[in-house]
Amino acid sequence: MTGTLGAILYPWVGLSHMLGHPFLRSAFGAGTCIALASGLVGYLVVLRGQVFSGDALSHVAFTGALAALAFGLDLRAGLYGACIVFGILMAALGRRASADDTVIGSVFAWILGLGALFLSVFTTAQSGTGAVGSASGINVLFGSILGLSTSEAWSDSIVALVVVGAFVAIGRPLLFASLDDAVAGARGVPVRALGYGFFVLLGITAGVATQAVGALLLLGLLAAPAGASQRLTASPFAAMWLSAGFAVFSMWAGLTVAYLAPRVPPSFGILAVASGVYLVAFVATATVDRLRARWSSSKSPAPLSPAVTGGAPGGS
Amino acid sequence: MPTDTPGIPADLTMAHFHHMFSFHFMVNAFRAGTIVAVVAGAVGWFMVLRRQSFAGHTLAVVSFPGAAGAIWLGVSATLGYFVGSILAALVIALVPRSSSGRTRSQESAVIGTVQAFALASGVLFVSLYGGFLDSLTGLLFGTFLGISDGQVVVLGVVAVVVLAALAAMGRPLLFATIDQDVAVARRVPVRVLSVAFLVLLGCTAAEVSQITGALLVFALLVMPAAAAQQISPRPGVSFALTLVLALAITWTSLAVAYFSVYPVGFYVSTIGFGVYVLAAAGRALADRVGSRSPRRSAPTAPTAPTALAVQP
Amino acid sequence: MTSPDAPGRATAAGRGTPPGSRDGAAASDGPAVRLEQAAVRLGGRTIWSHVDLEVDPGQFVAVLGPNGVGKSTLIKALLGTLPLAEGHATVLGRSPGEAGRDIGYLPQRRNFDPGLRVRGIDVVRLGSDGDRWGLPFPGGASLFARSRAERRRIDEVIELVGATAYARRPIGRVSGGEQQRLLIAQALVRRPSLLLLDEPLDSLDLPNQASVAALISDISREYGITVLIVAHDVNPIVSYLDGVIYVARGGVVSGRPEAVITSETLSDLYRTPIEVLHTSDGRMVVVGQPEAPAHHADRHTGHPR
Repeated sequence: MTGTLGAILYPWVGLSHMLGHPFLRSAFGAGTCIALASGLVGYLVVLRGQVFSGDALSHVAFTGALAALAFGLDLRAGLYGACIVFGILMAALGRRASADDTVIGSVFAWILGLGALFLSVFTTAQSGTGAVGSASGINVLFGSILGLSTSEAWSDSIVALVVVGAFVAIGRPLLFASLDDAVAGARGVPVRALGYGFFVLLGITAGVATQAVGALLLLGLLAAPAGASQRLTASPFAAMWLSAGFAVFSMWAGLTVAYLAPRVPPSFGILAVASGVYLVAFVATATVDRLRARWSSSKSPAPLSPAVTGGAPGGS
Repeated sequence: MPTDTPGIPADLTMAHFHHMFSFHFMVNAFRAGTIVAVVAGAVGWFMVLRRQSFAGHTLAVVSFPGAAGAIWLGVSATLGYFVGSILAALVIALVPRSSSGRTRSQESAVIGTVQAFALASGVLFVSLYGGFLDSLTGLLFGTFLGISDGQVVVLGVVAVVVLAALAAMGRPLLFATIDQDVAVARRVPVRVLSVAFLVLLGCTAAEVSQITGALLVFALLVMPAAAAQQISPRPGVSFALTLVLALAITWTSLAVAYFSVYPVGFYVSTIGFGVYVLAAAGRALADRVGSRSPRRSAPTAPTAPTALAVQP
Repeated sequence: MTSPDAPGRATAAGRGTPPGSRDGAAASDGPAVRLEQAAVRLGGRTIWSHVDLEVDPGQFVAVLGPNGVGKSTLIKALLGTLPLAEGHATVLGRSPGEAGRDIGYLPQRRNFDPGLRVRGIDVVRLGSDGDRWGLPFPGGASLFARSRAERRRIDEVIELVGATAYARRPIGRVSGGEQQRLLIAQALVRRPSLLLLDEPLDSLDLPNQASVAALISDISREYGITVLIVAHDVNPIVSYLDGVIYVARGGVVSGRPEAVITSETLSDLYRTPIEVLHTSDGRMVVVGQPEAPAHHADRHTGHPR
């Protein structure tokens, strides 16, 4: 009596059954590594206030991958190539890039439109083979983690683990440089080089996450676990690992949901769990804040000077 | 596809256009496109001024699961578009701004998550009703096929309502956008106007989605207005110019898309971007030529001792 | 430019161990900072030139002058982030840039984003080990003796600046004065011999200016740390000063405060009548000081705007 009911009633039986399928083993293996990378890199993306660049990156990833397909190259060449080039450009722009810029938004809207063109080119060129063409299009958009071959899963895992390793190596000086570039620079931290390094890592992470959850959804994998962890703790190193943990949890839960309910796309499952975790963290901390405010205001009279309760910096 | 040989015919004549308009769905497409362009231009003009482009994009993205969910439930997709965007607009507008120091980075984390979750939900619904890539592409990147008479009517009615509302609140809205503090002091209901505008923006995003696709609404909302505002700083002029550009871009995109196999959204974003680049380049050129004239502006010396101190 | 008066030799009174003497070399031999005929050029413009000055170890010296004149540039030249176009500089006996470990630096106007989710103590800790490669394991730090010693040092320096009560709050949520104390702790955590503070008081209200200035002065005297503090307004710090470096019009005048901040010296410096008034409560007010022209060097990129 394996199947949904069995899996729920006897989790370990369900787990072993689930992991009996090679494609699910590949998905879990690659997915875990990808989630680790996304959680760690995403933490810094959110901390640096550069979430919009993740949005732009998703357009670039999509268009790059489909351009490669349209020109008959390997999907990954376009995917990684475009993401890394984008990363370097963003690093070169530096602090001048800002979210609300009409120019930047227009450029990326155009790039996304180009992606639609390449998608159409590719699918009509593939119209003889029908399903393959449309499948690749959907895969790039929304991920294909359950469709990874063993070798693909291995290569994705290795790439993701390299990102994780690099992050572990440079994470601390990168954090320092992100928070406090003047002091870090005075201490000999190579701020500019680390900036480039960060965006290259982000590009690679986006490339590998596109294969898991798709170009359109990788933003969620970067933002939600990191956002949740930053709501819950202000200790940066704890938050980094918590973010990675939330990402991995979302990945596992999402894949399990996809296994139990085959009509549900795995990327939806993963993103729904990640968003749910964020929502719970958000509501929990907001409630605690409100309760604490009410409790402290009922305990003591209102303070005379607003500076005591921690207002905006400026000492007033 | 409408033509048997894709690609713009080399011997394009009026006959081709007559042939195009002999198809009822193309007539509908142009009607819908015209309505959508006018609304997008008008609302987009304000949106660019209010620097709410990202909000506009998010509201458009949210219309995708609305439409897909509607299709899955068997109701009209048009309804789904509107419900998705308007609900999201209300949520964004009415969620109270917490004073706990939530800032840009956390807000953008929230918006990014919402956007991703909306897209994920959309693909869930598409998967549930068994749609394939064409359906998905249509919803995301636009289609002019299969626009029914009923859809045109709905688009028209909503457009009339939106434009009427915009006309009514245009002046105070402009005031509140440009000079919020003074407007508040003059008892302009700034907050109500903000909420109302977001709802209008949601309706507009839902309208435009039906032509350009949920992901490329940005192109029609932003690019004509941005281009027009580059060309002229005078509000009346740039507003009119926005409408003209939006119409031109939409009609051209529809016509070209008719002759080719590529999605409408691609043409809108490419032509729109081209127009914007031309306008910005023209502005840069005009500035350079203007600065060569003898009346060059001198570097202003600070009048107050602390004027040069970097602002906190 | 007028030649500098001999700087007063107010070295540390001998209370507490001067931290710089840990490595033996820096503290007692020679000046902490020396510039000889130094000049800096930014974007083709000479900010200042022919600068000679010396600061002895343990002194508390203010760097004053109007806006845009090159005070931050002086600090950056000492840090080694801006190269000298001419002349020679020695910082703690070494060339600028080599003494990074022994210098505590507080750059100008760091307001942390109010919603930044990083604690004050973490910012201080980054001052201690932020340049070290490799991520720390959460909780694993207590396994290593060196890490335990570092942790103790961080707590110690936070207590020294009086920030223990709020060091564990997100740094964006504490007030301006509290942020400055935490940032001073960050600058102090590695026991520097030299503190370079770029306008640490300018975003603070008057009571905070007074208390932070007193804190810096106390720490300087207690541990024999040389302090160079760039300030807009000399009044909050004037009672603690051992020396003044007045930057103006392409050069500097340095010496004891009562020698430099006088109507005669400043009028001579600016070649326009300047008056230094002393109020009844001992404050100094400089009147008639002209502002520098609109070429304000950008503090981030070092390029003139």
